[in-house]
Amino acid sequence: MDLLESILNALPGAVAQGLIWGIMAIGVFITFKILDVADLTVDGSICTGMAVCAVLMTNGVNVWIAMLCAMLAGMLAGLVTGIFHTFMGIPAILAGILTQLMLWSVNLKILGGANLALPARTYDVLVTLLRTNQSIIVLVLFTVVLVMLLYWFFGTEFGSAVRATGCNIKMSKAQGINTDFNKVFGLILSNGIVALSGALLAQYSGSADINGGRGAIVIGLAAVIIGEAVISKISKNFFVHLIGVALGGIIYYIVYQVVICLKVDTDFLKMLSALVVAVFLAVPYWKTKYFSKKKQQKKGAASNA
Amino acid sequence: MLELKNVTKIFNAGTINEKVALDDISLTLNDGDFVTVIGGNGAGKSTMLNAVAGTYFADSGTVTVDGVDITRLPEHKRAKFIGRVFQDPMMGTAADMWIEENMALANRRGMRRSLRWAITKKEREKYRTMLSELELGLENRLSTKVGLLSGGQRQALTLLMAVMKQPKVLLLDEHTAALDPKTAATVLQLSEKFITEYKLTTLMVTHNMKDAIAHGNRLIMMNAGKIVLDICGEEKKKLTVEKLLELFSKSSGTDFANDRALLG
Repeated sequence: MDLLESILNALPGAVAQGLIWGIMAIGVFITFKILDVADLTVDGSICTGMAVCAVLMTNGVNVWIAMLCAMLAGMLAGLVTGIFHTFMGIPAILAGILTQLMLWSVNLKILGGANLALPARTYDVLVTLLRTNQSIIVLVLFTVVLVMLLYWFFGTEFGSAVRATGCNIKMSKAQGINTDFNKVFGLILSNGIVALSGALLAQYSGSADINGGRGAIVIGLAAVIIGEAVISKISKNFFVHLIGVALGGIIYYIVYQVVICLKVDTDFLKMLSALVVAVFLAVPYWKTKYFSKKKQQKKGAASNA
Repeated sequence: MLELKNVTKIFNAGTINEKVALDDISLTLNDGDFVTVIGGNGAGKSTMLNAVAGTYFADSGTVTVDGVDITRLPEHKRAKFIGRVFQDPMMGTAADMWIEENMALANRRGMRRSLRWAITKKEREKYRTMLSELELGLENRLSTKVGLLSGGQRQALTLLMAVMKQPKVLLLDEHTAALDPKTAATVLQLSEKFITEYKLTTLMVTHNMKDAIAHGNRLIMMNAGKIVLDICGEEKKKLTVEKLLELFSKSSGTDFANDRALLG
């Protein structure tokens, strides 16, 4: 019973954190699913979001302006990756790694050290682990507004051209779509959202840390994949899909919390996350392999008959 | 009007794999010309179409459409003038998007893509009418993902998307080669119909000599990056497959009949 109680006690916190990572996962969804690019910039840009928000707020800037600036900083990081990838022809994964490494230095400079405290008792934060219920309401509102905005955007002429770019680049060019521009735009949008989640995370946890973004891409991917698994059976609608990604973040953090309550050595958590993502990424590959084998067997049987 | 002037394209220049794909080609298509292009593998047919489409730039020479020099224009900017259908039926449409979404993308080719909603109600009706002309039953499947269609259906849709804005130039690059004979005939028939209806200036590459003779008002044959035959009007109408083979061996000095791919 102790275990159940400790899990239940931890639940609101897990939901709040999950919501923040869900927002981050929506950013990852834009690059990974819509643009078909694995963008590793996010490990850096989430930390940039934390750093900018924390530094500005500790210097007395209003929380909304701090979050806006955090978002803009993330967008700038996305722009850099985009330029590396399109204008300089660097493969997307490598372009993201380069920006991520650059951001390490940038984030250190912004923070002015390895970490910076942003105590909720001193500063006027929107979300904090000291008031989880209130934080959950705020974060749900953020998520809903974000999902609605993205649903609208990807339904517009420009937005559907961005989707086409990720789906079939040759066709997009033939239809007069500026695919390079769209890729850069997608990377900017994605990293802006990721940095926004970073800003929320800094407020919620009450500090910004230079290591705060390590492995963020894996958590983002996990949320995207979990969300897809949960929602794909219900509906293929884009709106539902985005909600699913946000839910994926929450589910990830609840599971994470349960694992912690089970007193598993937390040193292993990142390894577990990575393995879970690896297995989920392998499933579609295994599926095609398995099914094609079945087909071949059928064909062979038919020709033998 | 499409005009290629002294266009040369060399791949891997200066290496052991150097290949002159287009060797100083000049070709003028008048408005409404429907030109079929034949030639062996590696003759430069697809390279010529790609040089027009902007998939890569010509090393030298110029490409003009309606008097506009497009030689250095990137691919997506040329799309305003050009409609294309590829050999691979999977290539011309976005598989994860709906039929109507694909058509809406094509419908805005050459226009600024704004933040207006991608498809209006009026458009949807227009698409429905257009799709019914294909007689493939797609008009009732506007919100079906294109990836669920058959190769023939996808190719017919790609063709429709290529012609719906009535481009200055239509490029068909062996667009029926990957289809079964019956579907290929349907798609070719549709191509003929749209080209005649909209009076489209067309370049159609084909490996099928019968098709090359039966369609279009002009036929060109390529070999080793050059245009070796250019037949139009009455003379083309009198062509037969045998005659074409004979003409080829005369002009190129090799035996065309050995190129089995061309006999289809």
